[in-house]
Amino acid sequence: MVLNWKTGGVLLGLVFLMAVVMVKPIGVSTQFVIFDGIVWDTVNPDVVVEQPEAKSGYASPNAYLNKSGGKYAKNVANPLNYSFIFVLAMIAGAGLSAFLRGGVDRAERTMPAIWRANFGESPWKRYAMAFAGGFIVLYGARLAGGCTSGHMMSGMMQTALSGYIFAAGAFAAGIPVAMYLYSKEA
Amino acid sequence: MSHIILAIVIGAAFGFVLDRVGATNPGYIISMLRLGNLHLMKTILLAIGVSSVIMFAGLMAGIIDPGHLDIKAAYLGVFIGGALLGVGFAAAGYCPGTGLAAAATGRKDALFFTAGGLLGAAAYMGHFAWVENTGVLESIAGGKTTLGKISGTEYPALFEAVSGETIGIIMGLVFIAVAFALPARLRGEGAAERNAHSHSRTADAVKR
Repeated sequence: MVLNWKTGGVLLGLVFLMAVVMVKPIGVSTQFVIFDGIVWDTVNPDVVVEQPEAKSGYASPNAYLNKSGGKYAKNVANPLNYSFIFVLAMIAGAGLSAFLRGGVDRAERTMPAIWRANFGESPWKRYAMAFAGGFIVLYGARLAGGCTSGHMMSGMMQTALSGYIFAAGAFAAGIPVAMYLYSKEA
Repeated sequence: MSHIILAIVIGAAFGFVLDRVGATNPGYIISMLRLGNLHLMKTILLAIGVSSVIMFAGLMAGIIDPGHLDIKAAYLGVFIGGALLGVGFAAAGYCPGTGLAAAATGRKDALFFTAGGLLGAAAYMGHFAWVENTGVLESIAGGKTTLGKISGTEYPALFEAVSGETIGIIMGLVFIAVAFALPARLRGEGAAERNAHSHSRTADAVKR
């Protein structure tokens, strides 16, 4: 059973507040890049190199990892940093919560009921859509410089103009696509 | 080191609450976007409102360090990227954080979402130089702009003369008010009756 929106909203708000009070605003999507960078650097150690002249002390031949003085390159070289651990802890926290409430239904684990109502039982159809969706979501989040947590929630919470622009884009596209794809209610 | 402990505590709390509000269930996200069930929308709006009001009040009282704020730059790509994210958000029912969190709750489709996400992020890493050349990453409206001027920060403001803290509290209250004002749903069964309730004359007409 999910929390009602009043309790849930206050708790979620307090988590976002706690993050700003103690450290910095919550963000998630950058860590997909850091994880990719770690994998890439493991396969090819030249992807991130130490470079004392760079602002961060690290550099990369990849323009994205190298941007802002090698900020991302540094995090790839040192994955035990706040933001990366934060995301790992988030994964653990969600897992713990699900475990304590008895887990997710077997049928739900493959696909949500609303997908089943609109597209049937085939798990691979759902997996393909989830994969494609993930690709677009992260490509878009990196282009935007943040995702639902970083731009929409943390951004609008701080009255950042970029947060409102992001939310406008996300809902302007998300609402019609959801209405079109999921014409049947679960 | 203390930062790592904070990362663990705050991160775990975030993941736990994401799961408890239903955000790890793509059904809630899809239903929110198709306007059939606004539970998550109300939750998110209330969360933004509550955190905003307390944060700006704390800044005003001088008990929150303004150096902890982190405003992202505004540029055209924020809108385009937001729209792309919106498409995938609607199709999959996950965003980056909830996708990872949902995978941890045992949802297998979320693992595929995460794999797609890692590939999408890698594709962007490969395209970055090209994207930068198009100019969509160039700052607009001053870049890291906030609505009002927040003391103790260098961020430019849309309304320089107005206190950023005051606007922040007002915006926070607006988010809270909208969270309360939104109905449970805007479409589907129940939405019609609900509307009918508030316009009883139309309701009678509908019933007849």
